[in-house]
Amino acid sequence: MVALSARRVWEALEEIPDPEIPVVSLVDLGVIRSVELRGERVRIELTPTFLGCPALDAMKRALERTIAELGAQPEVEVVTDDSWSTDRITPAGREKLRAAGFAPPAPRQASAPRLVQLQAKVFRCPYCGSTETRLENLFGPTPCRSLRYCERCRQPFEQFKTI
Amino acid sequence: MNEQLLALADDELIVGWRDSEWTGIAPLLEEDVAFSSIAQNEIGHARAVYELLVGSDGDADALAFDREPEAYRSAPLVELHLLDWAHTIARRWLYELADEIRITALKDDPEPGIAGLAAKIDREEAYHRLHAELWHERLRDEPRFRRAVEELWPYALGVLPAELRGELARRAGLAEVAPVERGTHTAELAALWEEMTMVRRSAPAGARW
Repeated sequence: MVALSARRVWEALEEIPDPEIPVVSLVDLGVIRSVELRGERVRIELTPTFLGCPALDAMKRALERTIAELGAQPEVEVVTDDSWSTDRITPAGREKLRAAGFAPPAPRQASAPRLVQLQAKVFRCPYCGSTETRLENLFGPTPCRSLRYCERCRQPFEQFKTI
Repeated sequence: MNEQLLALADDELIVGWRDSEWTGIAPLLEEDVAFSSIAQNEIGHARAVYELLVGSDGDADALAFDREPEAYRSAPLVELHLLDWAHTIARRWLYELADEIRITALKDDPEPGIAGLAAKIDREEAYHRLHAELWHERLRDEPRFRRAVEELWPYALGVLPAELRGELARRAGLAEVAPVERGTHTAELAALWEEMTMVRRSAPAGARW
C-alpha cells in the first residue's frame, strides 16, 4: 500500500460537503484546524462554527468515514477554543456561498459587531450586488446566518454572521 | 468541580429551555426564529461547558440531566416561567447584561481551556446582546416593560457574584438592591426539571441516541 500523504488527506477532505450548506466543503469553511499523520492513524482537529451547531456530529462522522475509506484509522478531536472565526472561510468558499445566494460574512473587526454597523448600507445582495439592503432579523434558519432584504431586487437573502 | 463554571452551564441550559418555550408561539414570526436560535446557542454553550467540566472521558449528559433539581446551580432569574413578552424581553436584556460581565471575566482565566471557550461563547453572545439592545431601545419607555425590569432586577443581581454586581448596576442604570441569590430555587424549577429530564429518565439504561 502506498503511504498516505497529508496532501492526499486534505484532497479527500475537500470533497466533504458541509451538512447544512452543501455548496461549501469543510475545508472551504475552515473548520479543519489540522491534519496529522501518525503511522496508520490520521488525527484531525475539528473546530465547530457555532457551539450549538447540530451539524457538528455529522461533520465528525463524515470525517471518520472519509479517513477510513483512505485505509487509515481516524482520530477526530473536537476543539472548542477560540480558533474559528468567519475569517477562516477560504476565498473559494466565500465565492461558492455568494453563487448559492448566501452573502458571505464581512471581515471581523477588532471589537464585537454593533447594531449601527449591521444597519449600515454596506451589505451586498448576493443576487443583484446592490448595497441597498436592510437587516430583517439578526437570526436565521441556522445559528450562523442573519436575514436581510434587498430593496433593489426585492429579494430576501441570508447573510453570514461575522463572528 | 468549578462551581462558577457549573453555575454558568446551568444558567445557559435553563435559560435556553425557557427561551425555547417561545418556539411556535412568539408574537412575531421573526421573534419565533430569533428565540429558537438564541435557545439553540445557549444550550450549545451549556453543552460545551459541561463537556469541559467532565473532561474527555466524562459524560456531559449525565452532568446536565442526572442531578436532582436541588443540585442545580442555576440562578432563580433563568428558572422563572415568564408568560408575557414584557417580562421575557426584560429577562433577556438583564440576563445578557449580567452574562457579558461574567464571560468577560472568564476570558482572562489563567486556565487556557476556560479562557478559550469563554472567548468563543462571547463571539456568539454578541448577537444575543444586539437582539436585547434592539428590544430595549424599542420598549424602554413602556410602563409595562419598566415594571417588568423592576420586578426582575433583584433576580438579575443574583446571577453574578457580589463583586461584579456594582458593574451590572452601572450598566443597567439601576441602583443595587437586595439580590435573589443563587442557591435557592424558584418553585418553577421542579416542573421544568420534570420536562427537561423526561426522555432521559424514561430511557432504559445504556440506551444510545
